[in-house]
Amino acid sequence: MNKPNMSLMRNPMPTQDPLVRARNFDEVALGYTEETAIDEAMRCLNCKNTPCVEGCPVKIHIPEFIAKIKEGDFEGAYQIITKSSSLPAVCGRVCPQESQCESKCVRGIKGESVGIGRLERFVADWHNTFCTEEPIRPEANGHKVAIVGSGPSGLTCAGDLAKKGYAVTVYEALHTAGGVLVYGIPEFRLPKAIVAKEVETLKKLGVEIETNVVIGKTLTVDELFDMGYEAIFIGSGAGLPNFMGIPGESLKGVYSANEFLTRSNLMKAYLENPETPIMKGGKVAVVGGGNVAMDAARTALRLGAEKVYIVYRRSMEELPARREEVEHAEEEGIEFRLLCNPTEIIGYNNPEDPRDPKNGFVTGMKCVRMELGEPDAKGRRRPVEIPDSEFEIDVNTVIMSIGTSPNPLIKSTTEGLEVNARGGIIVNEDGLTSRNSVYAGGDAVTGAATVISAMGAGKTAAKAIDEALCK
Amino acid sequence: MYKILEKKVLNPTVIQLCIEAPLVANKAKPGQFIILRVDENGERIPLTVAGVNKETGAVKIIFQVVGGTTTKLSYKEEGDYIQDFVGPLGVATHLDGLKKVCIVGGGVGCAIAMPIAEELHRMGAEVTSIIGFRNKDLLILEDEFRACSDRLRIMTDDGSYGEHGNVTVPLKEMLEGGEKFDMIITIGPLIMMKFVVATAKPFGTPITVSMNPIMIDGTGMCGGCRLTLNVDGKKVTKFACVDGPDFNGYEVDFDEAMSRGRMYFDFERHAHEETCNLFKKEVH
Repeated sequence: MNKPNMSLMRNPMPTQDPLVRARNFDEVALGYTEETAIDEAMRCLNCKNTPCVEGCPVKIHIPEFIAKIKEGDFEGAYQIITKSSSLPAVCGRVCPQESQCESKCVRGIKGESVGIGRLERFVADWHNTFCTEEPIRPEANGHKVAIVGSGPSGLTCAGDLAKKGYAVTVYEALHTAGGVLVYGIPEFRLPKAIVAKEVETLKKLGVEIETNVVIGKTLTVDELFDMGYEAIFIGSGAGLPNFMGIPGESLKGVYSANEFLTRSNLMKAYLENPETPIMKGGKVAVVGGGNVAMDAARTALRLGAEKVYIVYRRSMEELPARREEVEHAEEEGIEFRLLCNPTEIIGYNNPEDPRDPKNGFVTGMKCVRMELGEPDAKGRRRPVEIPDSEFEIDVNTVIMSIGTSPNPLIKSTTEGLEVNARGGIIVNEDGLTSRNSVYAGGDAVTGAATVISAMGAGKTAAKAIDEALCK
Repeated sequence: MYKILEKKVLNPTVIQLCIEAPLVANKAKPGQFIILRVDENGERIPLTVAGVNKETGAVKIIFQVVGGTTTKLSYKEEGDYIQDFVGPLGVATHLDGLKKVCIVGGGVGCAIAMPIAEELHRMGAEVTSIIGFRNKDLLILEDEFRACSDRLRIMTDDGSYGEHGNVTVPLKEMLEGGEKFDMIITIGPLIMMKFVVATAKPFGTPITVSMNPIMIDGTGMCGGCRLTLNVDGKKVTKFACVDGPDFNGYEVDFDEAMSRGRMYFDFERHAHEETCNLFKKEVH
């Protein structure tokens, strides 16, 4: 084996120039070349106790796939990843590796950790570009499972079960499979062609995908059992967006991040002559500090906004979005108004003419300055209003990105399905709900979380379903 | 893809289609809606179910040509297909226990009111229908309403058919005359429903309105269809797609709903003209 690469710094990810990419929807990160990938792989020390694997919610055999990259066997590396992950090209892009596998990497103690996410992405993209071999459809085991929702948890659960020979049908409410991967995460961070490719791979494994079926409405959970499914996994995802409850949230120009992103991503309102309208240009405030807020802000910029603000009530230290996303947003020119909290959204009102077409459109947002007080139960310092510090920012679009509550549809039509006070489906450690043979995972259980934790839940449920049906 | 089984032009701007969608036909109840897309990259639009045939798997929709999407849909013929059709969405209109009901429909809203009137009639309730249109040319579903109503009042704004005046005139007359309804169910333009609510208010008759705000997913994800209710003096945000589309008329903030409904007015007008021009070019 060649000598390891002892460079303290990882190979940088090539990206589009910030000023160029701020005006297009092409992918920001361009990916490693073969040479860079091998060079980065050489930084891995192939630790015996594999701390990185412990940090991975789906337990990818990380040192093993990196060893294959060192040898230049990229397809071999892919085969190792795909044993644990059904969506490698997706995870390589959107996983918060810095707080998972990479946070445990020994190389990170002195210097930077190995770029595990970047290597995963490289391997998946290499496979998608060069591999022409069709995945082998496993022999059927005679069992039928239904999956509700084609987001990350549902697709993972479907993939794991299909590989074991189950006949799996995924029911999707929208017209395209992928869930949050297609309606939520923007093209410039996760190209939709990549999601479509991962879905195609699952179909080749025998997974059937039925779009335009809303479980809880078109069909119920009980009807699925009547149709012969022996187990059901519910991965119906995040639901209704939260609003702040301040005056002006129903003015024209106020969106939830879900609506704004769905219009742009799923409905392709970013195209030149879209059929689905969206407010473009002007000045935009995004309220919130999560990854979804970063996505909304950067989407608004690419749709032609002259100015985009992130308005967040705590400081940069507490801001929950990934560092990489924050850095990308800052480079692109998004302005962070930290320690600020909106108190009212102001709309145009012509008292002379109630029929003035401009009436009811947003013209500004009142905010109050905040300071950090005592830590709360979770240890985060609680933001407190500074008296008499109100000010107004001049905006004509406001995007509320302050979280969601789980989708209400299934629980209202499934008898005996227990939910917690926040509406999340209650499950045990195997993902089993209060109903026999009904499992659940992802945002439908936890409320808004990450793609990879949803995938982890889909994986856990798939294992439990397999044990229950094949014992 | 979903096949168009039948097409009927009801008036110059209102069209009825029967779409093959057996799963939806099997489940849909009066008051529920569907969401469709005409073609790839098309917009998602909500339309209320105007009837179903469980044997043929057909779902009837009736729509007015107003924007780009409805214009494109109006050019589809029997045997053609549309891209997507999903439902039934929303909560069905609560009709249990109603014995005497007044249905007030306006314009294309009558298409949604009609299956409710039919269901009430089938349940044995006494149905009074008041349906209003701008003029005689825009009248739809007269025979259908006549068949399921104990009393029918047809109103036109210009008096070119039926009685002259809007739908609140006979409603007020009945309520002032001492008529007691278990429920008034009104479906039509927001401004009409607002005035129907105002007419009924002094009499305290329970009133259900059917809201049709801008929507995208229709399953409780995007929040675009939110509206404000005033419940016991408190403002409450509700979502038409999962909490509605029916609401207590006395609680709905109609002015806000009307304002929100005009958010993309310029865009829609432009899209409508563009689509019309496109089809004109294709014809020549």
